[in-house]
Amino acid sequence: MSGSAEVWAVIVALGLGSFGLRFVFLGLVGDRAMPDWVLRHLRYTAVAVLPALVAPLVVWPNATDGDPDPARLAAAIATVTVGYLTRNVFAGMGVGAATLIGLTALL
Amino acid sequence: MSSYWRGLRDGAPFLVVIIPFAMLFGVLATEAGLPLHETLGFSVVVIAGAAQFTALQLLNENAPTLVVIASALAVNLRMAMYSASITPHLGRLPLWKRGVVAYFLVDQTYAQAILDYEKIPNQTSSEKFAYFMGVMSPICPPWYVFTLVGALVGETIPENLGLDFALPIAFLAMVGPMMRTPAHRIAALVAVILALAFAWLPFNTGLLVAGLGGMIAGAQAELRLGVAP
Repeated sequence: MSGSAEVWAVIVALGLGSFGLRFVFLGLVGDRAMPDWVLRHLRYTAVAVLPALVAPLVVWPNATDGDPDPARLAAAIATVTVGYLTRNVFAGMGVGAATLIGLTALL
Repeated sequence: MSSYWRGLRDGAPFLVVIIPFAMLFGVLATEAGLPLHETLGFSVVVIAGAAQFTALQLLNENAPTLVVIASALAVNLRMAMYSASITPHLGRLPLWKRGVVAYFLVDQTYAQAILDYEKIPNQTSSEKFAYFMGVMSPICPPWYVFTLVGALVGETIPENLGLDFALPIAFLAMVGPMMRTPAHRIAALVAVILALAFAWLPFNTGLLVAGLGGMIAGAQAELRLGVAP
């Protein structure tokens, strides 16, 4: 492991860099109007990035060392489906968790 | 119910995700030889799970400092997309409040806030800010506290509880209600396909390809199908 000065250099640089990434639009654009084509793309940020973030975790779970797992796949599908149909986040989470726990116990 | 309390309620389920994840970081950082103040420093100053784990792993492998920093920042590049996406909602806030939001802008706070802003569009900027602070409260302070707990206790929550999957379930439960129009569904589908196809790219950069690809697909679908946003 590296020395303390290096670890703190990493912490501070990462902290500043991460804040910069988070602040870049909020701080610099602020309430200035953005062009329509930019706004049109930004409308789909969350609905694109979040599924992309979890898709590999669903198909190749860490817990099974990357082997696809029927219980986790089923839980993921149940979560999205219930969330989509009910428009209720808590309902999706509940059914997803119950599916995972139930199938893990059964399989 | 006030916006703050509504946010607190909606953010609370994320405790199930945050507690084991934060404790794991505390344990691994301590095992890697980091003293308490450095371990906690990471969680307070950087406040970004995946980037912290990346930095820790590379520090452990004695990678050059610049490589550690650049790699962990690459993992965090999606934060700039979150910043852009939330600016139409919070850009009118005073600068210091925008600074506060930026510091606390992580996957969970961003996702929950944007879901609420789209669900209830007529909120004022200060209501949206209060909601964001409510969502942040059960997510960010527990991130510090349970990093500390992990470092002090030296034990993680047992892996066989299926908690590894709490994060995917939490995000997928939010994706469901976000898929309001055909354009949203196309964006999600394209992003998933690209994320799986480019999962081999280093430092999470496959996620950027997938995110940008999904956004372009959604915007194109909106134009060509004439979908109302």
